[in-house]
Amino acid sequence: MDMKEKQPITPTTPVPTTSSAIAAEAKAKGPSTAEQGESQMRDGVAAHSAAEQAAPLVDVSKLENVQDASDEQIKTNREPKMSADRVGVFYGDKQALKDVSIKIYDDLVTAFIGPSGCGKSTFLRCLNRMNDTIPSARVTGRIELDGDDITSSSMDVVQLRARVGMVFQKPNPFPKSIYENVAYGPRIHGLSKSKTELDGIVETSLKRAGLWDEVKDRLQESGTALSGGQQQRLCIARAIAVNPEVILMDEPCSALDPIATAKIEELIHELRGRYAIAIVTHNMQQAARVSQRTAFFHLGELVEYGKTSEIFTNPRQQRTQDYITGRYG
Amino acid sequence: MRQLRGRYAAERRFRAFGFIAVALSVAFLAFLLVNMASKGLGGFTRYEASLQINFPQTDLFLDPAQLHGPDAAQTIAGADLSGAISKAATAAYGADAANIFSDAATTVVTNAIVKDPQILTGSTTLWLPVASKIDVAAKGDGEAASEKLVSEFNQKHALRRTFNSDFLEASDATDPSAVGVWGALKGSFLTIIVTILLAFPIGVLAAVYLEEFAAKNRWTDFLEVSINNLAAVPSIIFGLLGLAVFLDFMNLPRSAPLVGGLTLALMTFPVIVIAGRNAIKTVPPSIRDAALGVGASRMQVTFHHVLPLALPGILTGTIIGVARALGETAPLLMIGMRAFVAAPPGGITDPATVLPVQIFLWSDEVDRGFVEKTSAAIIVLLLFMLVMNGLAIYLRNRFERRW
Repeated sequence: MDMKEKQPITPTTPVPTTSSAIAAEAKAKGPSTAEQGESQMRDGVAAHSAAEQAAPLVDVSKLENVQDASDEQIKTNREPKMSADRVGVFYGDKQALKDVSIKIYDDLVTAFIGPSGCGKSTFLRCLNRMNDTIPSARVTGRIELDGDDITSSSMDVVQLRARVGMVFQKPNPFPKSIYENVAYGPRIHGLSKSKTELDGIVETSLKRAGLWDEVKDRLQESGTALSGGQQQRLCIARAIAVNPEVILMDEPCSALDPIATAKIEELIHELRGRYAIAIVTHNMQQAARVSQRTAFFHLGELVEYGKTSEIFTNPRQQRTQDYITGRYG
Repeated sequence: MRQLRGRYAAERRFRAFGFIAVALSVAFLAFLLVNMASKGLGGFTRYEASLQINFPQTDLFLDPAQLHGPDAAQTIAGADLSGAISKAATAAYGADAANIFSDAATTVVTNAIVKDPQILTGSTTLWLPVASKIDVAAKGDGEAASEKLVSEFNQKHALRRTFNSDFLEASDATDPSAVGVWGALKGSFLTIIVTILLAFPIGVLAAVYLEEFAAKNRWTDFLEVSINNLAAVPSIIFGLLGLAVFLDFMNLPRSAPLVGGLTLALMTFPVIVIAGRNAIKTVPPSIRDAALGVGASRMQVTFHHVLPLALPGILTGTIIGVARALGETAPLLMIGMRAFVAAPPGGITDPATVLPVQIFLWSDEVDRGFVEKTSAAIIVLLLFMLVMNGLAIYLRNRFERRW
């Protein structure tokens, strides 16, 4: 009952211009005009100056990261690392995701936010075809990685997952030694020719994941004996070890305490630039802290996608506004 | 307040019932063990009587000079040793004592001659195992005539109790004082090896396929129901199946551990599949996701992660299945493993019997000497199972990992 009071806008309320439609339009004009699409979207903001009606949950002025959203980089008309075009996902007859179009850039962190069950994790799992493991799942639309369609049957899914790594909600190290956890990926992909080379990969990966100093003396101990935050960093090291181009993170901090969360966020900052990163999070402050692009999902739709700073200060859609001010979700 | 008291009382009652249940099972187990031990331990010992044999007076016609090399035992076997023993016994203890020595006594004499052929030239005293009748009487359960003989022997200090090594080294015989379990033990071992080699890999692969690769549809549901039903089929029916398929159709040798193993493998297979599927189901999906996420193929996920983690559970199921197969009698009767086999099998195609069938055969014998042999064989079977299970549990604990 309480929920209804908090939800003045019913989910079915028609939105004048859905961002996906605009994105699709932008797509039709060609890849180089993607930025024009974004600027068009920005123009629409004036119509919804709802930001003043309620103070946002996130105090954006304190988040320096939002400011460094490197506009120059974005304005250069470069190709996105991954782009999704009108992606839909069905579980059996039920449509879980409809018409999602998003671009993920090389050196930016893209955050997916939205209430539970809105399809953000489903979308993330499309990006390296983890949904293949669910027999009833069916994906429509087109997802490109460097211009190649990854949803086509000719795309080797094993290769794809090596290029698009994933970190999961619950830390899930293999019940093997710390060393084996990191070495497993390089080993099955044949990335190292010798033991010393493999040792090097393990060390580099653990260093990049900020875990090396804590575990260098006990590499042979079980990965499951580490603390939750360490386990999650071990999982990140494991993902890094196969040298991916994109790292997908599915609520990587939801099972961690604030200190471990802060470490992971710091790590995301450091990894940015080296890998394209997409992160699903429930925590809006986290999205604001770590990302430069934010996509807001609601009920299987992409409601709004844009610069993080603008999503949190100047949302164009009423639904986004309501979500970030804590009215629902 | 009253409700609370009622709750505590219910809890106390429940605990008491639980304790009674455990105590009952322990009592039954203790009764079984004590009963088997008291009856069976005698089977591991036997009585021997001393006998002076004056070889020149017997009609053995053996020349000590020729008794050298590997053929010696064969040459001795040609002579009438039991006649000689009988004659010597009559000379020493009177006409009643003509048949007091066991069939196994000839073996003892043969060994003594092979060891030192020179004893043939003179008179020697040997300790020889007594016949079953005397043995039973000496252990306090015989007929009056035999008991009289035993007391006479005791007065002369001509009777002693020793460890019956023949029981562990010999095979089936008609004379209970000469029987042993070695043939049946070896038969059981060969049979169970065949069973494990067939049922374990096939069962595990079937479980892996059904759980990890097969599409979830009506066909797999049907297979699952069929396999569950197969696990509940009475074992004698597997025996009939083995008889029809392996003996009549494939013409494999009768009474052989190979056929026994094949039949028991059919019986063990569904147990392993069911246990294997359950074990594979308990492997957390997050481990599969993790491996898929770093780009492992489905086969790599299965063989590098899922199977090693499921192995302890699979092994538990295998232990249960194999232990059941090890104690199985009925299906083996159908494929001819109840034959009287006096020599241990040399391989998996030789005629053999297995321990449970041997126990069944001995329990059917009229001769009183077989009573303690039956119990002793049960002790051996239980120890054999204990060793096999211990080995399996050791292996399982070695593979056990937490996640």
